Amino acid sequence: MNTSALITLLITHSVVTFFMIYFFRKVLITPPEPEPDSYADNDDDPRPNEDLIDR
Amino acid sequence: MANTESSSWGSRVGLILAMAGNAVGLGNFLRFPVQAVENGGGAFIIPYLVCFLVMGIPLLWIEWGTGRYGGSLGNHSTPFIFDSMNKRKIWKYIGVFGIFTNIGVAAYYCYIESWTMSYVYHTVAQTFDGMSQQETGQFFADYTTIGVSTTGIPYESIIFYVLCLVLNTWILSKGLGGVERVAKIGVPLLLAFGAFLAVKGITLGTSGASSEVPDANAFDGINFLWTPQFRSLLDMKVWMAAAGQIFFTLSLGMGTIHCYASYIKKKDDIALNSLSAGFTNEFVEVVLGSMIVVPIAAGYLGLDWVINNAGFGMAFQTMPFLFEKWGDIVGTLAGVFWFGLLFFAGITSSLAMGTPWMGFMQDEFGWNRKKGAWSFGLIVLILGLPTVFFYKEGVFDQYDYWAGTVSLVVFALCEVILFAWIFGMTRGWEEINAGADIRLPKWYKPIIKYVTPAILMIVFVGSLFTPKGNDWNKAFTEGWELDDGSILAKITNSDIKVNKDFFSDYKEFDQDFGRVKEIKVIKPRNSDKQKQQVVFEDTLRFYRNKYGQVREAKKEALLASLGKDFVFFDSVATSTTFEFKMKDEVLVKEGDVVRLGDRIAKGSFVNNSLYVVFGRCLLLGLFLFICFLVWKAGKKKLA
Repeated sequence: MNTSALITLLITHSVVTFFMIYFFRKVLITPPEPEPDSYADNDDDPRPNEDLIDR
Repeated sequence: MANTESSSWGSRVGLILAMAGNAVGLGNFLRFPVQAVENGGGAFIIPYLVCFLVMGIPLLWIEWGTGRYGGSLGNHSTPFIFDSMNKRKIWKYIGVFGIFTNIGVAAYYCYIESWTMSYVYHTVAQTFDGMSQQETGQFFADYTTIGVSTTGIPYESIIFYVLCLVLNTWILSKGLGGVERVAKIGVPLLLAFGAFLAVKGITLGTSGASSEVPDANAFDGINFLWTPQFRSLLDMKVWMAAAGQIFFTLSLGMGTIHCYASYIKKKDDIALNSLSAGFTNEFVEVVLGSMIVVPIAAGYLGLDWVINNAGFGMAFQTMPFLFEKWGDIVGTLAGVFWFGLLFFAGITSSLAMGTPWMGFMQDEFGWNRKKGAWSFGLIVLILGLPTVFFYKEGVFDQYDYWAGTVSLVVFALCEVILFAWIFGMTRGWEEINAGADIRLPKWYKPIIKYVTPAILMIVFVGSLFTPKGNDWNKAFTEGWELDDGSILAKITNSDIKVNKDFFSDYKEFDQDFGRVKEIKVIKPRNSDKQKQQVVFEDTLRFYRNKYGQVREAKKEALLASLGKDFVFFDSVATSTTFEFKMKDEVLVKEGDVVRLGDRIAKGSFVNNSLYVVFGRCLLLGLFLFICFLVWKAGKKKLA
C-alpha cells in the first residue's frame, strides 16, 4: 500500500469509528428519563397491545 | 383519532438500530465504493465528509425533529406531520411524497432483496460450483428472465419475490416491535458478516493472482480507493456525487425517519440518537463498505477489471465466482455471509418503508396494524410485479429513477424549506434540542437555514440540467448539452433515441456502431422455443497497462486522471446481442456495419418505450391515489 492511501484510510476510518463508538457509548451511559418515556421495555406495566383493540 | 399510545419502541438501542438499519442498505456496500472509484479515490472522502457534516447531519436532525413534533400531535405520516407544521394545504400534499416514495421504492427494492435471498439458497445448494465468471454473470441474466428457471422451479424469481414480500409484510404486521426485533438481530449480524469479509479483503494481498491475471493484488484496489487525487476536488461532478451519496446512504427525503421518530416523546432525546444512528451508517459504509467488493475483486481480477466493471452488478455477477476460489467451506460461508449481509441490509430498509403507510392508515382511517401491513403488501405486490415481469424492459429503472431518486431530492428540499423558513429556525432549533442528551453547536443554526437548503437546491438543479457525461467543467467552458440521465431529458423522452414508438414493424439498432459478427438459431435454457440471435461487434477503446497487458478502456478519463502515461488504441470486441422470434425477418447479414437507428429486423415488436410510459403511469397513479386518500382524510378531520 502506498503511504498517502494508508494515511487517508487510517485517518478516515479512525475518525468515523471514533465518533460511532463515542455517540453509541454516550447513548448507553446516559441515564434514562423518568417515566413515562418513549420506550416500552422499561415500563412497570405493559402498554396496551393494539391488536387487542377492537375497531 | 390517532392511536399514539398503542405503538412504541421497546428500547432506545432498539430505536437506534432500527434507524441505522433503515439507513444501511445495499448502497453502503455497492454504491459507495463505486462512487469513490469514479470520483477521485481518496479525495472523494473529503467532499463526502463535508457533505455529511453540512447536509447529512442537519437533515437527520430536521427529519427526527419534524417526526417527533408531528407525533406529539398524533400524526405518524408526513402529510399530516407537515400539516401540523403549517396549515397551507400545499404542505399536506407535498407530504404525500413521504408515503409515495416508500411504496414506490419498496416495489423494486423487495425484488433486489429477493435476489439476495435466492443467492443465499444457491450458495448453500452449491449452484455456483465450477462456474466460470461468464457463466456466473449469465446465471444472473437467466434468473431475471421470466420463464427461464435456474433451479427447475417455474417462475422462480416471482416465487422468491412473493416470499420476500410476505416475510416483510408478516414482520410489519407485528408492529414496531417486529421491526425492532429484526433490527436487533439483523444489524449486529450484518456488522459481523461485514467484518469477516472486510478482514478477508484486507488480508487477500496477492494470493488471488492467477496465470490469467498475474498482477492481481487486493492492495491495488485499496490504494486506488484511498489514494487522494486532490485535483478532483476542483471538479463539480465530485461534489455532486458526494452530496448524492450522503443523501441516499442516510435514507433522507423518504419519510421513514419522520415516521420512526414520531413515536418518540418530546422529553426524550433525538439529537444524540440521530447522531448515533447516522455514524453507525457511516461506519458500515466507509469502514466496511470500502474494504469488501473493491479489494476482493482487485485481488482476483486485477485493478483494471475493477476500474472498467465496478458497479451494482458486481454483487451478483462476480462475487459468487470469487468466493468459489476460497474453497468449499470458506467459499460457501463467504457467499452466505455476503448475500446474508445484503439481505439484512435490505430487509431492515424495506421494513422501514412500510411504516409510513401503516401510520397513515392507522391515524386517519383507524386501521389496525395487521390491516395496514397486509394492505401495504398488496399495493407493493401490484406495483412490484411489473418490475419483476418487465425488469429488462426498463420498468425497474423507471421506479428507481422517479421514486428512488427524483422524489427524494424534491421532498428533502421542500422539508428543509418548511422547517427552516416556514416553521421557523427558532422553533425548529428548540424542537431539535428538546430533551437533548448532547449540547449541539449553535453554528449549526445558520447551516440548517442557509447552507443545507443551498446544497439541496444545487443538487436538484444539477439533477434537472445534468450536463452530458456529468462533465460540469466542460459544460461551463464549452457549452451545455443535456445528459440523457437528467430530469429534463427523461421528462421529454429525449433519452430514448431509437424505437420510440410503442409498437413497430421494425427493430432499430440502439448502439452507436456495430458490425454483425454472427447470426444463429439458439434454444434458451429450459425453454422449447427457438430464437434467432444476432451478435454485433463494436469498436472499443483499449489501453496497455504497465505490465504490457491490453485492457478495455471504458473509463478513459478516469485512467487519464491517474496521471500515468497509458497508450490508448481502438480494437474490436463482441458485445451486443439481439434476440428475435423465428417468424421475425432479420434484415442484416454477417459482416454488415450498422449504426444507431438502422433497421435490423422486421416483424411486430413491442418497444421499451411502452414499458417506460407504463412504469411512469403506475407511479403517477400511486401518487394520485395517496393524494386522494389525504384529501379524504382531511375532509374526515373537518367533519
